[in-house]
Amino acid sequence: MLSDKSKEEIKRVLNKYPNKRSAAMDALRIAQNETGCLSGDVMQEVAGILGMPAPQVNEVAAFYTMYNKKPVGKYHIQVCTNVSCSLLGAEHIVEFLSRKLGIKKGETTPDKKVTLSVVECLGSCGTAPMMQINDDYYEDLTDEKIEEILSKLP
Amino acid sequence: MFEPILLKNINTHDSHRIDVYLKNGGYQALAAALKMQPDGIIQTVKDSGLRGRGGAGFPTGLKWSFIPKDPTIPKYLCCNADEGEPGTFKDRVIIEKDPHQLIEGMIITCCAIGAKVAYIYIRGEFVFGAERLKTAIDEAYQKGYLGKNILGSNFNCDIYIHKGAGAYICGEETALLESIEGRRGRPRIKPPFPALAGLYAKPTVINNVETLSCISHIVNRGAKWFASIGPEKSPGPKLFGVSGHVNKPGMYELPMGTTAREIIYNHAGGIRDSRKLKAFIPGGVSAPMLTERDLDTPMDFDSLAAKGTMLGSGGIIVMDETACIVKVAMRTMGFFRHESCGKCTPCREGTDWTYKVLQRIERGEGKEGDVELLEKLCGNIFGRTFCPLGDGAVMALRGALKHFRDEFAYHVKNKRCMG
Repeated sequence: MLSDKSKEEIKRVLNKYPNKRSAAMDALRIAQNETGCLSGDVMQEVAGILGMPAPQVNEVAAFYTMYNKKPVGKYHIQVCTNVSCSLLGAEHIVEFLSRKLGIKKGETTPDKKVTLSVVECLGSCGTAPMMQINDDYYEDLTDEKIEEILSKLP
Repeated sequence: MFEPILLKNINTHDSHRIDVYLKNGGYQALAAALKMQPDGIIQTVKDSGLRGRGGAGFPTGLKWSFIPKDPTIPKYLCCNADEGEPGTFKDRVIIEKDPHQLIEGMIITCCAIGAKVAYIYIRGEFVFGAERLKTAIDEAYQKGYLGKNILGSNFNCDIYIHKGAGAYICGEETALLESIEGRRGRPRIKPPFPALAGLYAKPTVINNVETLSCISHIVNRGAKWFASIGPEKSPGPKLFGVSGHVNKPGMYELPMGTTAREIIYNHAGGIRDSRKLKAFIPGGVSAPMLTERDLDTPMDFDSLAAKGTMLGSGGIIVMDETACIVKVAMRTMGFFRHESCGKCTPCREGTDWTYKVLQRIERGEGKEGDVELLEKLCGNIFGRTFCPLGDGAVMALRGALKHFRDEFAYHVKNKRCMG
């Protein structure tokens, strides 16, 4: 069950739009912020709040990559591997992270602390290579910088 | 030296705050625009020659003029801040460093087209940018630049933020509208065009962040001034983002029509490690790549179109002689394969197929006839899809094949890179 706080937040975003369906993306994001990933039950609940059929909510969640359909770690590391980052060594960054964390891309560490993903362009090409950890961007990456970033993850 | 216009204030302390914006003359254009007739604003923007900075280069004033004048019909403005074209990072700079420049441009645009509600569609990954925008919008409400009866003019305007959630296709304007309506971001067939039936089937203008950020300057300094910058047919300042193998990657604001050579060598510091330039993509990965021979091409809509490529977003990706074009092409097609919404078979299946062929060529498992197969596949995607995503994918691959066919053939034959 979603908390009253999340439900209130969803109700507030309804004010932005002339219909409830438009709030589906915001509502899913708010729900995910609380639950970490979007299970069938969570999507059902979101559908209930918005007065939408559950399949309509499910298809939105399925279409957009930022909605987690399966659990991710406390820290979700997403490495851009698109052209600009790739030219400046994104594959090495992925390998380095993979070695440091002991997981392959797409996997989560056994303690559920870190998930490693590779993603498409994050709009930070001038500071490539780069990665995003949860909401924050980390740019101009080097091995040393990554080691420091990892060591500082609480 | 060209004095920046859009990026003028980004290095000022607290440039994102309204007090700093006001101190630098902010919201004076809005006050002036509110005293103008809406048609007068549209005419000014038409006269300025401003063309859309999202990539298509459509004349902005003309786009606005398609909106019906009937005041009883609700209208919308949508700002496209989805910034997803690989190689592009310009809108983010404006959003994070000078959001009021965008907001002021949006309010003036709403005034011109008679919209009372505007949405900023920002890509979901720009969490910091969205926070900056939210704060800036709140500041604008507090100061009376948004809300009811703006500056005593009887004009009302609200701006809301709509966050995307990871889908390149939502940068396509009709997919963006679908997304705001709470659906999967799948493009709509045109016509009807958004100017007549856009968001919630109401007349809608969709403009890019950089386009809207030009508006306050045009109102303040006049159409003639704007039109005098750069080439006659694509005037104004342009943000060029340079990434890849250069010494000083970054964002450079220069007159439209500046040559690629000047941008890459004078501003971005040239190729790193004193290597030679092999190729450059002029405007995000959809734009076909060019080579050293094309360095003196003016970077504007028409000059690049004449070279068979496009200005796109102005995101320049530079490759030195160490870059493997097969790998770049593979990575590019992998991107389009991932981002195809799946609606049209030629795009969905074609991007997947080309990606698989490129993967095997890159791995050294290419078969005889693979290069011809790629060309054939391109022909079966191009022009056969709803939206430009499939075309963009084909243009990118064809660009690589046009200039570096030998390299692909070498890969197939020798199972390795040429270098």
